[in-house]
Amino acid sequence: MNTAATDRFAIYTSELTRQFGQLTAVDHIDLRVPYGQIFGLLGANGAGKSTVIKMLTTLLSPTSGTAEVGGFDIIKSPGEVRRRIGYVSQLVSADGALTGYENLRLSAKLYGLTKAERDERIADALDFMGLADSAHKLVKTFSGGMIRRLELAQAMLHRPAILFLDEPTLGLDPVARRVVWDRLLDLRHDYGMTVLITTHDMEEAETLSDQLAILHVGRVSVVGNPAELRAGLGADATMDDVFVHYAGGLIHESGTFSEVAQTRRTAHRLG
Amino acid sequence: MERFLRESAAIVEVELIKLVRDPTEIVSRAVQPVLWLVVFGQVLAQVRGIHTGQLSYLAFITPGILAQSVLFSAIFYGIAVIWERDLGVVHKLLVSPARRISLVFGKAVAAGFRGILQAVVIYLIAFVMHVSLRLDPLAIFAVLAGVMLGSGIFATFSLIIACIVKTRERFMGIGQLLTMPMFFASNAIYPLDIMPSWLRVIAQINPLTYLIDALRGLMIMGGESIHGYAVDFTVMVTVFAFLLFVAVRLYPTLAE
Ligand SMILES: Nc1ncnc2c1ncn2[C@@H]1O[C@H](COP(=O)(O)OP(=O)(O)O)[C@@H](O)[C@H]1O
Ligand SMILES: [Mg+2]
Repeated sequence: MNTAATDRFAIYTSELTRQFGQLTAVDHIDLRVPYGQIFGLLGANGAGKSTVIKMLTTLLSPTSGTAEVGGFDIIKSPGEVRRRIGYVSQLVSADGALTGYENLRLSAKLYGLTKAERDERIADALDFMGLADSAHKLVKTFSGGMIRRLELAQAMLHRPAILFLDEPTLGLDPVARRVVWDRLLDLRHDYGMTVLITTHDMEEAETLSDQLAILHVGRVSVVGNPAELRAGLGADATMDDVFVHYAGGLIHESGTFSEVAQTRRTAHRLG
Repeated sequence: MERFLRESAAIVEVELIKLVRDPTEIVSRAVQPVLWLVVFGQVLAQVRGIHTGQLSYLAFITPGILAQSVLFSAIFYGIAVIWERDLGVVHKLLVSPARRISLVFGKAVAAGFRGILQAVVIYLIAFVMHVSLRLDPLAIFAVLAGVMLGSGIFATFSLIIACIVKTRERFMGIGQLLTMPMFFASNAIYPLDIMPSWLRVIAQINPLTYLIDALRGLMIMGGESIHGYAVDFTVMVTVFAFLLFVAVRLYPTLAE
């Protein structure tokens, strides 16, 4: 369902909205992400980041509004959307009872890669992510950084045009975090992949994003490139200042108990 | 169709890898049937209180205990699915373009292979206990087909419950609540015709009854299927198809 207006955009949302009972978790959001960009979605716990990603990846249906991803409507053509995207969930999605190789092979098969493609891409992906030596170890013996890299490898096996990453570095130590960032920048460089990444880490948002949107209780309060956003607030404004200004508080001070608990659980599994 | 088979096979493959890697479950699941056959079966056989026609009581309950162990091992498939949901594995499967029916069917087939392992265990126990088993290949093949179908039914049923309750605590409660009544409201350890009529009505709509009825004719020398194999298998295939239909619709809600 390509239209001239949406052709340039990898992601194009139109008043995308999701309610959970009385709660409006995502409130009439209009995002435009051009092909080839790394786009950061920044927000405190509970701001609605994961809900946006779940709708864009077809896991959750919108209450109203819609979106096009890779030129296809998420409601009308979820199958086409799925073929074009990769997703690393905020949870730990690699199967600990399988080896890294087995995890990759499962994905390759579900995405319908031929045997030849499968062997080649799995070997490539393992190399690229620095996991070749651990490929045949059980994932439950992996470190948090290794798991995240494996999940990235898994999400890109079928060469998606658009990659969705939900808090991919949560719970990782600074070194492991760097490695993930470097791989992401490489991916964009090598394949021109569009990446939508959610984070509540200012440094991450600033390092990676060409553009970022700050999400505050389900609404987009500002979109722009990190340097411009800082410059807009004065010569020596930091990203924290930007966040305080647009979301009305420090990022780490918000979120309900259960949201923080969920975040901690993920962090604990990876740590 | 080719795509459906490929995707289902991928799911079955990982389930089997996990099963082989951690066989403790197979061993622990063998304990209950041993107790039922060696203790319960033998003691009740002494009492001679239950008329099982020309079959010994032990021979009579052997297919019932196989069906029970199929039921008990498949019904906990839901727990595994809830675990996968908490981990995020379900989300990963659901963003892939794989058909939802392949994902659900793959799980059912994997449960079927577990069921076959249970069948092997029961055949061994029964053999040691001198139950007179039918060992012709066709009968054994039909038993395994029935076991796969039964496992698929209960695993899919369990998956549906998991999709509805979504948490492990609630699932455990419901799992306990359903399995024992299903077992007692069946022809596993007493024939239909000695049941009070209200219980017989329940037993007649219990899919476990049809599995046991078929197994009784197929496993045991001199055993007979009261409903006939055609009825037993038709009922099972229909129930399985219906449950698959429901599960395919509910499974995606796990990722919400
Ligand atoms: N499945 C759900 N059912 C009910 N409420 C939900 C569900 N998922 C998210 N929410 C609520 O929606 C809001 C946004 O959540 P989420 O998108 O996970 O935020 P974030 O990822 O930014 O931390 C939160 O208040 C959260 O509690
Ligand atoms: Mg989140």
